Amino acid sequence: MSFQSVWFLLIAVLWVGYFILEGFDFGVGMLLPFVSRNAADRRAVLTTLGPVWDGNEVWLLVAGGATFAAFPEWYATLFSGFYLPLFLILVALIVRGVAFEYRSKHGDGTWRARWDLAIVIASFLPALLWGVAFANIVRGVPLEKAASGSIEYVGGFFNLLNPYALLGGVVTLTVFLTHGAHFLALKTAGEIRLRAHGLALRLGLIAAVAAVAFLLWSNLMLPSINTKFLVLSIATALFWVGGIAANFRGREGWAFLSSSIAIATFVSGLFFALYPRVMPSSRGAQFDLTIFNASSTNYTLKVMTIVAVVMTPIVLVYQGWTYWVFRKRVSASQIQFPEQGVLDTLHQ
Amino acid sequence: MNSLDLARWQFAITTVYHFLFVPITIGMGFYVAGLQTAWYRTGNLKYLRATKCFGKLFLINFAIGVVTGIVQEFQFGMNWSSYSRFVGDIFGAPLAMEGLLAFFLESTFLGLWIFGWDRLPKKLHLASIWAAATGTLLSAYFILAANSWMQHPVGYIINAQKGRAELTNIFTVLTQKTALATFFHTIPAAAFTGAAFLAGVSAWLVMKKKDIEMTRGTLKLGLIAMLISFVLVGFSGDLTARVMTDQQPMKMAAAEALYSTTESAPFSLFTIGTLDGSRSVFQIDLPSMLSFLSTGNFKGVVQGVNDLQAKYESQYGPGNYKPNIPLAYWSFRLMIGFGFLGAIFALLALWQMRKGGTPHGKWFLPSMLTLPFLPLLANSFGWIFTETARQPWAVFGLIKTSAGVSQVVSSGAVLFTLIAFTLLYGVLAVIEVGLIFKTIQVGPRPEVDYDVDSVGGSADRPLVMSY
Repeated sequence: MSFQSVWFLLIAVLWVGYFILEGFDFGVGMLLPFVSRNAADRRAVLTTLGPVWDGNEVWLLVAGGATFAAFPEWYATLFSGFYLPLFLILVALIVRGVAFEYRSKHGDGTWRARWDLAIVIASFLPALLWGVAFANIVRGVPLEKAASGSIEYVGGFFNLLNPYALLGGVVTLTVFLTHGAHFLALKTAGEIRLRAHGLALRLGLIAAVAAVAFLLWSNLMLPSINTKFLVLSIATALFWVGGIAANFRGREGWAFLSSSIAIATFVSGLFFALYPRVMPSSRGAQFDLTIFNASSTNYTLKVMTIVAVVMTPIVLVYQGWTYWVFRKRVSASQIQFPEQGVLDTLHQ
Repeated sequence: MNSLDLARWQFAITTVYHFLFVPITIGMGFYVAGLQTAWYRTGNLKYLRATKCFGKLFLINFAIGVVTGIVQEFQFGMNWSSYSRFVGDIFGAPLAMEGLLAFFLESTFLGLWIFGWDRLPKKLHLASIWAAATGTLLSAYFILAANSWMQHPVGYIINAQKGRAELTNIFTVLTQKTALATFFHTIPAAAFTGAAFLAGVSAWLVMKKKDIEMTRGTLKLGLIAMLISFVLVGFSGDLTARVMTDQQPMKMAAAEALYSTTESAPFSLFTIGTLDGSRSVFQIDLPSMLSFLSTGNFKGVVQGVNDLQAKYESQYGPGNYKPNIPLAYWSFRLMIGFGFLGAIFALLALWQMRKGGTPHGKWFLPSMLTLPFLPLLANSFGWIFTETARQPWAVFGLIKTSAGVSQVVSSGAVLFTLIAFTLLYGVLAVIEVGLIFKTIQVGPRPEVDYDVDSVGGSADRPLVMSY
């Protein structure tokens, strides 16, 4: 296996990790007003994310950094080409992170309501846009060779809003919503848990329709049948239905595990559909960015492979341990003085 | 303005803004860890109160540092894709390592620290803040190594066919003198910044007579740490200046507005005039000092801007190789000046604190509230100096900034994102500063020692920490 293939695989793994982990963050963020009835509920919901959201987001940063290091041409073409969607995602991630940290500092109703709205919108946007972006990559976008010799994106912003890509966006949106509901059902107690159960079922069915349509379209779009992608697509559908069934039967751990695996098979399927291309061009295969023409030197890939092989297991162990430390369910009754901000206590 | 100028403004604004928060995070991380260690060791609750009070401020600051850091990593590809294509083989590696070694460590263990008060044994909880603080150091190291490669590229060859620089030795990149000198300049500067924050906040609390038992201690800690780190910043600054004179003589010449190559060159303290090479109206010089600072010898020769321009023209072809000289001259002086001002403040305040006193004086104590801002200004001018005085190069001698900008991004798109980021960052700054002031007003709160007998927590026990 060439170093290029190794890094293609590792970047796929990073995106799988990112979508599983921040996927439920996005879902919980969007569901915040729909599973909460009062101040204590909202704080309990956010507390399930508290210790983990930042670590989850690092998966994206590492995926970005790894792409830069291993496939600089891919990084450069993708980030300059998908300029406005990435800008919107950046703004959303900035606002969301600050909202998590600041919203409960004050008890003031307006202050909190504004941050809550920010959390919903800033979770919705990336959940939708990541799907749009990935679908576009799989479908192929207008890439051409520029005078400088590099392969550049020559489409505009609206090229990215085609029906297939928008369907891709609906898939990630609904899948993350469901995944977030599974997470909440697993991590909360009482009313919130029940509401999350109900929502997960309805959202899961909508996501199933969208995902099946998208996967059918994707498989048929390819010039010939890609067996690996086909098998992973079927696995995605099966695990997704399994997740819905587990949730229906109240098996929360199994439901969350199933939706996690479904996300993994879904994302890795798309990567298999691409391989060995990283960004196919709709203007002809001669303009495709592949793991060969986009990659760094073997020396750089080797250095990075050593770092990744040593560090990834360590990271997985301590990040996994965090989930173990915070394994207990959070219930609204555990939140003392929910209406009060951390900084308001003095005045009470 | 064209997309190049706009992209440069965007980089300048987002980077300087990001680096307001970074040094506070690095510095404060270690002071908070130290305070918690003191509590762990002695059981004295004043240390716990200090840990919680300054921990809150640390986290309010950290949040903005984290989220604005994401922009930094994406920006290279978005606005500077030609640069990214050229340097990716080398520059990407430290960035990816930063993510794998530092960001995961920081974010995961900070999460454990924030929410782990009643979930972890005391010792492990203490270890979490140390792990997070170590993460910030690692992060600084890798990103400074990447930046140092732009100042002084090493361990590479140029692949003419692919039109890019390629890595030949990662160890040279990670351990070159420029990277080490910069690291040992930036980290004490962060320690200085954190200490000034600690001292400024404590001065306010002393002024409001809040928890004097604790705040007098944190004030003294902050002031002493300021002095120690200032000395270290000075030493490494001297080292950095020599490395810089050797590797980027134009930058040193610009910092001095020294136009002709001079033996026993004076160090100019202050100038009124145009700095364009004509006679200045008024100038204060320290004789031979520049030669000493940049070469270690009072009789040393310092190359001037005009001679270097001629040299680079013959070496790299026709073009303007002069950076913005007034900007370099003044940013260099403001960096040093604001640092000095902070250190003098610290010295005076410590003098007043000898024999059990507290800083006093109708003007002196209130003016100590400016302490946190002095290092922030010094840091910003330091980066403005080192980045602008490298121009026209993005990577010295290899690729010009003008050649690095994205080809497919319109100036309208860059303008739009520039305005949006600036507005967003402005709003966040107002909110952040508001929360910081509010937190200081509340001040340290009474804390009780607790027994972590049921680590892991039970579902019906109130949470110590919730969002």
